[in-house]
Amino acid sequence: MEASVFEGIKLDYFAILIQFIVAAGFVSATFFLSHIVGPKRKGEQKLQSFECGLDSIGSARLPFSVKYFLAAILFVLFDIEIIFFYPWAINFRELGIGGLIKMIIFIAPFLLGYFYVIKKGALQWD
Amino acid sequence: MGLNTIKQPGSPEMYVGEGFGLTQMEKVIGLARANSIWPLPFATSCCGIEFMATMAATYDLGRFGAERLSFSPRQADLLMVMGTIAKKMGPVLKQVYTQMAEPKWVIAVGACASSGGIFDTYSVLQGIDKVIPVDVYVPGCPPPPEAILDGILKIQELIKHEPIRRRQSEEYNQLLQSYNID
Repeated sequence: MEASVFEGIKLDYFAILIQFIVAAGFVSATFFLSHIVGPKRKGEQKLQSFECGLDSIGSARLPFSVKYFLAAILFVLFDIEIIFFYPWAINFRELGIGGLIKMIIFIAPFLLGYFYVIKKGALQWD
Repeated sequence: MGLNTIKQPGSPEMYVGEGFGLTQMEKVIGLARANSIWPLPFATSCCGIEFMATMAATYDLGRFGAERLSFSPRQADLLMVMGTIAKKMGPVLKQVYTQMAEPKWVIAVGACASSGGIFDTYSVLQGIDKVIPVDVYVPGCPPPPEAILDGILKIQELIKHEPIRRRQSEEYNQLLQSYNID
């Protein structure tokens, strides 16, 4: 008796499976067919990168100073650290001295890293 | 069963039965294309202001399936040229048109885009059809939003009735070659 109930449920889910297959099949088939059957033109001008109708100048792959990246990534790092300070600051009294010690353990590696960054001169612009 | 014309405006003729309808591929594709136009607004002057009104709440171009403006020609179907095109702008316009994906249509909105308008001078292109093929011209200086909507409806009619192989046809190739577009 129970087995037939489970069978019924399986059959119900089978319809959903078919629906997923049809949905995925329809999407992939239309994408594929529109690429194969659809009209296309491939000229030299057509395939140029779009620069609002102007000729593009130079390459987009230009090297630029790593200083920008360093400033940005260090900002992100310490910014996220500050986010973790907020819940601690709100529950400062409840967490007490234990919380303070845990935060010091959390901050210490960051502080170490911070001194390393300063000593290395990563934030000196010139 | 039988060949019925469904009473909704704009729908193609269908062979209708119980819970199904049969029609031609060409008509279905035309219907789909016509009601999902992605326009590329190329607005250079006051017609562009009228176009803003056309897109806004009162006139709402989104009703016709053209809600999504494309600012890259790669995803655009309809180039809407609105405003005076100076001769220096000509090659830019042509480049934008060339880089649009097939199939593509062009609508020239306003007197300037259609014919140069009042600017019969050395610096102004006397109609954008000097550099790219145009499908629909909208007159007016500037045309009101209703006129722009009418132009869009005309474009939709063109799209609905376009033969499915038109873009591969020799006639179309010759048309583009006459404009030096490859």
